[in-house]
Amino acid sequence: MSGPKLPQADHRTNGGRQAGREIRDSVVVRFAGDSGDGMQTAGAQFGIEAALSGRDISTFPDYPAEIRAPAGTTYGVSAFQVHFGSQDVKTAGDELDVLVAMNPAALKVNVDDLGLGGTIVVDRGAFTDRNLKKAGYETSPLDDDSLAPYVLISLDITALTLRAVESFELSQKDAVRCRNMWALGLALWMFDGDKQATVEWVANKFAGRGKIAEANVAAISAGNAFGETAEMPSIAAGWTVNPADLDEGLYRTVSGTEALAWGLTSGLASSGLERMIFASYPITPASNLLHALARLRSHGVVTFQAEDEIAAACAAIGASYGGALGVTSSSGPGVALKGEAIGLAVGIELPLIIVNSQRAGPSTGMPTKTEQADLFQALYGRNSDAPAAVLAPATPTDCFEVGREAVRIATKFMTPVFVLTDAYLSSAAEPWRIPDVDSLPDFPVTFRTDPEGYHPFIRDPETLARPWVRPGTRGLEHRIGGIERDADTGNISYDPENHDRMTAIRAERIERIAEYIPEQIVDSGPAAGPLAVVGWGSTYGAISKAVEGSRAAGLDASHVHLRWLSPFPRNLAELLGGFDRLLVPEVNAGQLLHVLRSRLGLRADGLNRITGRPFRIREIESAIRAALEETS
Amino acid sequence: MTEATQTPTMSAKDFASDQEVRWCPGCGDYAILKGVQKTLADIGASRENTVFVSGIGCAARFPYYMSTYGFHTIHGRAPALATGLKLANPDLDVWVITGDGDALSIGGNHTLHVLRRNVDLQILLFNNEIYGLTKGQASPTSRRGTVTPSTPRGSFSNPVHPASFAIGAGARFVARGIDINLKHLTEVMKAAHAHRGASFVEIFQNCIVFNDACFSEFTDKANASSMQLLVEHGKPLRFGPDGSRGLRFDAKSWTLEVVDVGPDGVTEEDLVVHDETNRALALLLAELQPPDHPMAIGVLYRDPAQSYDEAMLTGVPRAGASVSDLLGGGRTWTVGDEGQRSDQPAG
Repeated sequence: MSGPKLPQADHRTNGGRQAGREIRDSVVVRFAGDSGDGMQTAGAQFGIEAALSGRDISTFPDYPAEIRAPAGTTYGVSAFQVHFGSQDVKTAGDELDVLVAMNPAALKVNVDDLGLGGTIVVDRGAFTDRNLKKAGYETSPLDDDSLAPYVLISLDITALTLRAVESFELSQKDAVRCRNMWALGLALWMFDGDKQATVEWVANKFAGRGKIAEANVAAISAGNAFGETAEMPSIAAGWTVNPADLDEGLYRTVSGTEALAWGLTSGLASSGLERMIFASYPITPASNLLHALARLRSHGVVTFQAEDEIAAACAAIGASYGGALGVTSSSGPGVALKGEAIGLAVGIELPLIIVNSQRAGPSTGMPTKTEQADLFQALYGRNSDAPAAVLAPATPTDCFEVGREAVRIATKFMTPVFVLTDAYLSSAAEPWRIPDVDSLPDFPVTFRTDPEGYHPFIRDPETLARPWVRPGTRGLEHRIGGIERDADTGNISYDPENHDRMTAIRAERIERIAEYIPEQIVDSGPAAGPLAVVGWGSTYGAISKAVEGSRAAGLDASHVHLRWLSPFPRNLAELLGGFDRLLVPEVNAGQLLHVLRSRLGLRADGLNRITGRPFRIREIESAIRAALEETS
Repeated sequence: MTEATQTPTMSAKDFASDQEVRWCPGCGDYAILKGVQKTLADIGASRENTVFVSGIGCAARFPYYMSTYGFHTIHGRAPALATGLKLANPDLDVWVITGDGDALSIGGNHTLHVLRRNVDLQILLFNNEIYGLTKGQASPTSRRGTVTPSTPRGSFSNPVHPASFAIGAGARFVARGIDINLKHLTEVMKAAHAHRGASFVEIFQNCIVFNDACFSEFTDKANASSMQLLVEHGKPLRFGPDGSRGLRFDAKSWTLEVVDVGPDGVTEEDLVVHDETNRALALLLAELQPPDHPMAIGVLYRDPAQSYDEAMLTGVPRAGASVSDLLGGGRTWTVGDEGQRSDQPAG
């Protein structure tokens, strides 16, 4: 059953607009305000309500690096975007249908993302001279014609909220802080949404704080009732977005960070290892993975907040040496610091998982903004020839499977494995059909205990992996280290031929992983043709929708999306060779493009936009059209 | 279980590996290696449960010469690596072997944190006041004015005193030994091993090639008795021939002053009695430097507390709880065969 339907809007006719709710396939709403205005909460709750009522959703928070920038400034604007629909929703949306702006700065920063004819809901009460000036407006945009291309719903949300919570006798500050819930209440009404889950959430969140919980609930109800009864402008007839046609099953919403935390934990369980040691140092946007795993002690997860990035990598290596699953995580700048330690793990051949939540760089760059420009770093960012496995999740829910896959390969091949997620994937969320984890395949680890014929670099002839031995095992005492090891004894060696041989073995071991991972498939479109759009990582949603849209428009394009970047799937060269042209969209200056050209000798063209934001679907659609026109 | 019953008695030699030791002839490291092997034999250690972890430097080759488990890691990072190892398996007996450059320059941060966390490790810092493996540059413990190829006008940096650093970092076991005083050093290492938590031992180690005799002021036989203060818990701080000298606390300057003990000097009752649990006293002792004062040797500070690994691992199960409970926790909803939905609030 979907949530209780609000009364139909047929009594709310005005302005000659047709009565009743317009039915839309999907809608994109962004809540924007000061970083202290509670926009993340309002947006997240809106997304949950949409998901619970059966819509497919994709959500994306967009927040400033400053924790509490001066109120009213453009650089302090925090936003949360929700794309929900009755059809497969794969991105947070190209352009906004509705912008909720709680102050002039929020309007200024976000209005350009609104589609023509889109709806703006503003809190008129916050459009004071002082706030207008702080946002850089000469005159109020509510009073001139600058917002003429849009439908403006200008309400004094501040005053309406204060009135709604008057009876609770809160401080002025606490009362004003209920504005986000009022706005949420109105937004839920506009889209025919339920508010029950939010009411429960508020009660839980403010439990023990008496009137605050009640006041927030009152604000939601007041916003909701306002839509219901007030003399709203014509647009506010509201829209209906029908439930999506989702497969049967048990669902929840999940962010990329949560899915990855659970995927690693599920991988730990499937490996049979007793413990995961997750060692990390706080860095945006990776810290949430540390927070998520810190709550999983009962699942055998020990989180270690190290003194720095290097210590985090080293502690994870020490943990793997001890027979646990060693995992470290960071963002690009932190991974740079871990480089020497990762080289050690390559040299001594121990399992190690390195999660990189990529962000815009170089250096500090734009810490809260997304980018996928650390592919070269993962592939090549160490001294000497130091090959490692590299894989990247495509969607928030895909992070679960990629987390498991990283554990499987790291332990089977005794190798560092990079997981390249990014700022977008880490915080974006979507509905997830919860898998039956008990039916997922196990990949149990065996530690060597037999001293007969043992040396630390004796290898499995198939995988070339060396045996994993836990210190504490009698008879297998051995010494390993960063100095080159003799291939036949494991002792230190400066022998020239041995080094040449070991270098080749290290590369070959990574290549052999290709025999143990799936062949590359075509995500959509034919398996050969004039054009394949080749992507990796979080561009999946935008490429997928762009290819779908292009095909619907009669263009012959296919979509190939890589999870494995090192090694490449064994059939990749052959598969891509079946296309006349390759278009490679990346949120970097052309890194996969470069690797495809250099490793596979393929001709390919890049589509590179490095804005700190995910691709827009239409950017890729235009590139597909242009590529096919050029070809024909 | 046969393991526990069949452990043979191990001699010091049983802890030596088959690898040829490659330190310079006359290096102080040989004596320390012997001392460690003897310590392990004396305490009845097992090879399989003992791990030596090192960073980079001359001292860091140490694990290759032991028949136990060993891990020669990267420069300065041995404490971080050992921390991860102890979190993976707290039952292992883990020794960190480091030098003055490794522990106090490139790895200074890790030394600070491993000590303040109190990870259950023995940390042996071989202090020779020089970079040996890279051929003789000034190290963080080199005294001001030390002339080396990298400091031709003499070092302008003030040295760090490892024991003071360790006490300042919050270490709960800080001791000192000397490479050529093997008997005493072995006792210090046994005490370090017996201590639960991070045990920090500074070992004065002579680098015969690049910094020969840098500690001779207090290590030479001729000077030893007059310039070494062997501290013992509960005993007055006496040194010199026949204990003829001692340390008295001067309350006006908050310092330890050297006094003569005997008929012409002060009585033993006037001397400071060593109290291992007194951190302020430990710091005063660690700061004593020749020639005005003797060098304090032995256990300067010992005040055990719960170790980090023990605190971190309390309550972590050996086999994890069900992942399916984890995924199904929180707010979920069901999509049925006819697209029906039912909401299951968090519970």
